[in-house]
Amino acid sequence: MPPKKPKSAKGSAGGKKKGKNEPPPEEKPDHPEDILPMVLTSVTQELFDCRADEDVTAESPYKLLQTEDIIQDIKTRAGVSDFSPVKQIVLDYPDDEILLVYDRAFTYGQLFYLVLTPEAKDRILNPPEPEETQGESEWEVCRTPESKEWISLGSELEIEEESVKETREKLLYKFSRVRRELGKPVSFSDRNTADAKDGNLGFASYEDSRFSIKLMQRDCGTQAVSRLQSSSVQTQWKFPWNKSTQYAPRELSEEERKDILQSESLKNFCNLVTPRVLQALQQEEIMNVFRDDWMALGNGPEAGDWSGKDSKGLMLHQAFTDHKYTKDRKISSINWHPTIDGVIAVALTVEKEQNSEELTTSDIRPSFIVFFCFSDPSHPQLLLESPGDILAFKICPSDPNIIVGGCMNGQVVLWDISAHVTYLQRPPPSGKKDSLELDDNAENVIPTVRPCAMSTLENSHKGRITDVKWLPATFEVTRTGEPVENKQKMSVQVVTCSPDRTIMFWDVRAPKTVSQSASDSSTVDQTEMTPYTVLDTFKHLGRTWRPLLRISLLKISTKGEYTPLKFNFEPYTCDGNTDEADEKDDRSEILQYSQLTVPSADALTALPDVNTKLYIGTEDGEIVYTDWRLEKDDSGQVHFPKPLHCFRAHYCMVNTIQRSPFFEDIILTAGGFNFAIWKEGVIEGPIILSPNTEQVCTVGCWSLSRPAVFFIGKDDGSIEVWNLLEQSSEPVEAYLHVTNAKITCITPWISSPKQHFLAVTDELGMVRILEIPKKFFVPGRTERSNVRKYFEQDKKRLLDYLQCEEMCKKEKKESEKLKKKTEPVKPVPTLQEIDDMELKEYRDCLTLEENILKGMGLWTAPPEIDDI
Amino acid sequence: MAEVEETLKRIQSQKGVQGIIIVNSEGIPVKTTLDNSSTVHYAGLIHQLVMKARSTVRDIDPQNDLTFLRVRSKKNEIMIAPDKDYFLIVIQNPSD
Repeated sequence: MPPKKPKSAKGSAGGKKKGKNEPPPEEKPDHPEDILPMVLTSVTQELFDCRADEDVTAESPYKLLQTEDIIQDIKTRAGVSDFSPVKQIVLDYPDDEILLVYDRAFTYGQLFYLVLTPEAKDRILNPPEPEETQGESEWEVCRTPESKEWISLGSELEIEEESVKETREKLLYKFSRVRRELGKPVSFSDRNTADAKDGNLGFASYEDSRFSIKLMQRDCGTQAVSRLQSSSVQTQWKFPWNKSTQYAPRELSEEERKDILQSESLKNFCNLVTPRVLQALQQEEIMNVFRDDWMALGNGPEAGDWSGKDSKGLMLHQAFTDHKYTKDRKISSINWHPTIDGVIAVALTVEKEQNSEELTTSDIRPSFIVFFCFSDPSHPQLLLESPGDILAFKICPSDPNIIVGGCMNGQVVLWDISAHVTYLQRPPPSGKKDSLELDDNAENVIPTVRPCAMSTLENSHKGRITDVKWLPATFEVTRTGEPVENKQKMSVQVVTCSPDRTIMFWDVRAPKTVSQSASDSSTVDQTEMTPYTVLDTFKHLGRTWRPLLRISLLKISTKGEYTPLKFNFEPYTCDGNTDEADEKDDRSEILQYSQLTVPSADALTALPDVNTKLYIGTEDGEIVYTDWRLEKDDSGQVHFPKPLHCFRAHYCMVNTIQRSPFFEDIILTAGGFNFAIWKEGVIEGPIILSPNTEQVCTVGCWSLSRPAVFFIGKDDGSIEVWNLLEQSSEPVEAYLHVTNAKITCITPWISSPKQHFLAVTDELGMVRILEIPKKFFVPGRTERSNVRKYFEQDKKRLLDYLQCEEMCKKEKKESEKLKKKTEPVKPVPTLQEIDDMELKEYRDCLTLEENILKGMGLWTAPPEIDDI
Repeated sequence: MAEVEETLKRIQSQKGVQGIIIVNSEGIPVKTTLDNSSTVHYAGLIHQLVMKARSTVRDIDPQNDLTFLRVRSKKNEIMIAPDKDYFLIVIQNPSD
């Protein structure tokens, strides 16, 4: 570097010089006036010991040169000296030393510069004054604080306290040895302080109470927290679940199905599984394994509560007889009192076959209807007097105090026992007491009721009245037989029949024109004593009571008329909306019969759906089914209707026609040696015809609680109980010798759900009340439907049988024709032969019939045919 | 195919049979004598029932297996004969 620098210095000096010469105004601002940049050659540098970077460095760039040296140099080298341009300045320079600065940084453009004035020299040599002067001025303030007086702040006390001072003089102990031992060697030894007693003095430390400080108060930090705080957080339910699913079933495509169906495995499966399935199916068919036998057992009549005194037979509950009134008299009809429990009314007749019309005149004893009460078996409670023997009587269903009866002489008689009902209602104990006290008079004071009204002899039946019935309160009948609405809701009409071949309808209400003639007071005795008063309930009927409607029964095919003995019609139950009105009426006011009048026929609405057909049992054992409405001819003439059909079911007199209390279209008829059950609507004949029995069936009646059970009374005093569901060809139970004579009447009665009675009367005037054993009055659960089914079956059987018969006949005819055709040449048979042949054929037909019937299980005795 | 038909006929001819369904192991009906919607309904439900019954039987005794299942209801009886791959469902109306 050094060799280069001078060259550069030179170069630059040269350049600079030129530069300096050329733009003199430029250089002037570059350096101040008292500084002159110059170039020093290396020779000069050596002369003055200012060799660059050796004598003068960047760190110490100042070199003081003697001015005399410079002048000397100038003189010696004259123009070559570097100082020649500054000769004058140097000469004029006041000081002896001139500063030469090594300007390494070329701040003034040259390597060296000369400081021309001494002031500048001072300025440069000395540290930069202008800058430092300000700092020095500050320090000057800090360095030279003025001393202040010392103020005592109490520190000298503390210092005094802390300083250690002598509290007493120092003690001086001088040890000297005994004179004789002076100079001798000394031996020192150690001694433990603990060896001597007072070797040491211990100052144990003790707790100085001055220094124990009790903590009287301590600061604690607490934070109050609420006991209960509720906060809620909302979380996001990230778990998705199905709200609803819609799915379609998987199905196999056709091809897949075909494949499967043809596969081996399916075949094997079917073969394997089929026997099991078939077995299960058949098992199911054969028997119901899940049937609860125990429950089913409960259906039988033996089940239920075993009271222990379950009787097998008809237990005799009570027997009524009265030696005065009932003895040796045939009881013709009995009726239980519908409302008063335990009261029976019996009608008695004297057994006289001929001359029934003469009874009214040659009367030994007046005829009575006798009322018996359970409480008093040997004395009747009430007697109803009648002009003649009563063969049939009935208690009015709407008003149990009205009784209508039909006499032997054809009269219809009405009683009203409302005044005497109290006798029937007498409680047992007082009754007995009474009989004991008033022993003499008791029998005399049996209240007797006389008839309130009687029909006139001219207007009554010509023969004995054999059956009487009240029309139900639901409808009434006009003069033409048309059923119309019954506004009063009470039974107001009575139907009677008699072997004089007529049926009559009677109305108990006053006719339209009420003509109270004065002459009718003879039959009404109002002044008599209490037991004999007759109420004037039916006073309006007076003596001119005539039938409303009279029907004579024409025979179907032949001339003449039927002789009805018993009849039966369907009880009509009206619609529901009138039932409430019914009850209301009964409770609010019971219309007095005396106040009733026959309304005009136009005012009442016709009831078209009433079944106006009657079943009639005749003397000849036929059952006739006819309509009671009068038919109108084309010409406007009214005449009696023709019966719809007739069937000879019984051998002789029909003595019972009764509808089943459970089924409205099933009718039991009894007569002759058998009985029959009919279904209304089946015109071909009875659906059940019983086999002929040895004794005459004298009476039959349905059980009130069991649809399949009915009782038949016999000639020899036995009662048969039939149960259609168990056996249809013979009775389930036969109670022999219930009475000693022919049974004339049987009527069942339900007095309580556990006690069912059967009232049986006989020819000798005894009334027996028998208790029906439980098995005959407890119905089975499905008995009703079973019986219904049974009847349906029977009906079908009958129809089938008839069809079969017809087919048979047809076949026969055809075979005959064939025969005739195949054998055209035949000697014409004589009349006798024809007859014989016909007879034979007939017999064959009969046997065929027999066989068919036997095959079907419905073997009956062949009905009689009029042809032979 | 004919054998299967013949078997079905035999079963169908029993008294009281209302319908027969053959279902594969997945519960998809293969052959049926009822209408489609009832078939699918029965198949789906009965399949689950049979699976449950079978698993019950086998759970109690793993050596055991279900051979026949009869479900008796008020109106009818459903008989199911399961097998490894298929089952046969027969619906019968009992005679009582």
